[in-house]
Amino acid sequence: MAKYMLIMRATDESLAKMMSTPFEEMLETVGRFNEELIRAGVLVAAEGLDDPAQGVVVDFGGETPVVTDGPYGETKELFGGFYLIDVASKEEAVQWARRLPASAGAKCEIRRVPTIDEFPQDNEWVIRERAWRERTGQL
Amino acid sequence: MPAAVDGPPRDESARRAVEAVWRMSSARIVGALARYTGDVDLAEDVAQEAVAQALVAWSRDGVPANPVGWLLTTARRRAIDGFRRRSALDERHALLAGQLAEGETSSSLYSASGSASASGSASGSVPPADRSDDLPWDPDRIDDDVLALTFVACHPVLSPEARVALTLRAVGGLTSEEIARAFLVPVATVQARITRAKKTLSAARVPFALPPAEERRGRLGGVLSVLYVIFTEGSTATTGDSLLRPDLAYEAIRLARTLAALMPAEPEVHGLLALCELTAARFPARTGPDGEAVLLADQDRRRWDRSAIRRGLAALDRAAALGAAGLGPYGLQAAIAGCHASAPSVPETDWERIVLLYEALGRVAPSPVVELNRAVAVAMAQGPRQALAIVDDLVATDRLAGSYLLPSVRGELLGRLGRTTEARSELELAARLCRNARERAVLIHKAAALA
Repeated sequence: MAKYMLIMRATDESLAKMMSTPFEEMLETVGRFNEELIRAGVLVAAEGLDDPAQGVVVDFGGETPVVTDGPYGETKELFGGFYLIDVASKEEAVQWARRLPASAGAKCEIRRVPTIDEFPQDNEWVIRERAWRERTGQL
Repeated sequence: MPAAVDGPPRDESARRAVEAVWRMSSARIVGALARYTGDVDLAEDVAQEAVAQALVAWSRDGVPANPVGWLLTTARRRAIDGFRRRSALDERHALLAGQLAEGETSSSLYSASGSASASGSASGSVPPADRSDDLPWDPDRIDDDVLALTFVACHPVLSPEARVALTLRAVGGLTSEEIARAFLVPVATVQARITRAKKTLSAARVPFALPPAEERRGRLGGVLSVLYVIFTEGSTATTGDSLLRPDLAYEAIRLARTLAALMPAEPEVHGLLALCELTAARFPARTGPDGEAVLLADQDRRRWDRSAIRRGLAALDRAAALGAAGLGPYGLQAAIAGCHASAPSVPETDWERIVLLYEALGRVAPSPVVELNRAVAVAMAQGPRQALAIVDDLVATDRLAGSYLLPSVRGELLGRLGRTTEARSELELAARLCRNARERAVLIHKAAALA
């Protein structure tokens, strides 16, 4: 088993589409999909992000970080939320992603999440992180 | 648009897609087909034919927009064809073919999924309108279909091996090759078991239906024991070179999670899930760098999977909350595993409570293995002398003859009592009886250490 993150990327097109969908309908569609993940025993975590217009960007392009309000300028794809799932293979993650209740224009990036076991176990910081993960149940 | 993601050749990527879709959805596909046809044997056959067809079609046309709908539609057409061929011979099949075909044209869900699959779009950008058709079956029936399939696969008319094979294949979506690998038997053996199982179901005229309410709890016990056998084979491989087959154990956990979602009011389902989660939590610490077994006392508890422990304890709480008459056998074993999971070390473990839990387990599910485990707990809580009395009683009544576990525990206790010579010969006997190479190595090592 391995953890994969399904990273949701919204575009102007998909955001417009989403805004025009009645909220109740959206809750039901997303809820049904979430229920599927739960029943299949694969859901680890999922979060959706607030309105990008309320966000802040810290830009490291210059000598000192520059802080600006709102979405990240001309970038067309905005990170909107994620699912973290525990599945048998990358292909299974792909097949789940294909069934995402995403609006037209949206994209989903699939990335494997390495476990702490894959890092050098004698490194002080890895040891500390492991202790923190044990404490908080995030191993 | 090609189905292939970067890298692997097209038919390789189609094969992986077929396998993943099948693994995720086999229970629903076979369940829905079995309900349509009333015949699990036929349902499984046509589903397998659809899978074979998908391997060819998907590598040629790309993965369809709705892969599950594609498989279901294809399998259903195969079933109709089969009925039509046989309808020349008898009227019942003509009727069945007619009903199935009628369902196909009258159901807008089916035509939608059929056309979506025909287009072979692999971009994943299905218009939202099609997404509601992602499950081209009656959503209110899916749960019952999957549950009925599980009960049929674990039906008491089948041999235990057949139940395990059919459950992994039809409900778990594993291939015969994967099942063969997991149980270290030839592929042909697994195929023969499945074929025979399906013939037995037909011969016994087992209906595709949930067991009647009054039988359900009893039959559930049969289902749980199949899942437990699968888990145990994965968590303590009885044969072979490797101690653990985690994939098989996780397969059992996945099936148990599904069952818990389908039968949320049954305490023992949660009990079994808790037991599996809590046992699997220790997997990362159970083997050393070279695959050798690491005993509970020597395990680095920091390596235990805390998330699995949390999930296991939560499932145990649900089992306790639902069980009006107290925990059942799985719940009690989970509670024992929970004591270990919550303890910082062996000496700091609540052995008194574990002894009480084993006593309770011995009353609801008496077995010599439980007695032996109780003896181990008694040794920790009270001392080796009291424990040896229990073990000697087991030896006297000859209830665990041939098992390496009895001489292994007896040797351990004798060692702690300073009776070294007897201890060594017991451990050597245990090593001769043990079929797992890794565990045998531990026993030989212990015996040698006493010299």
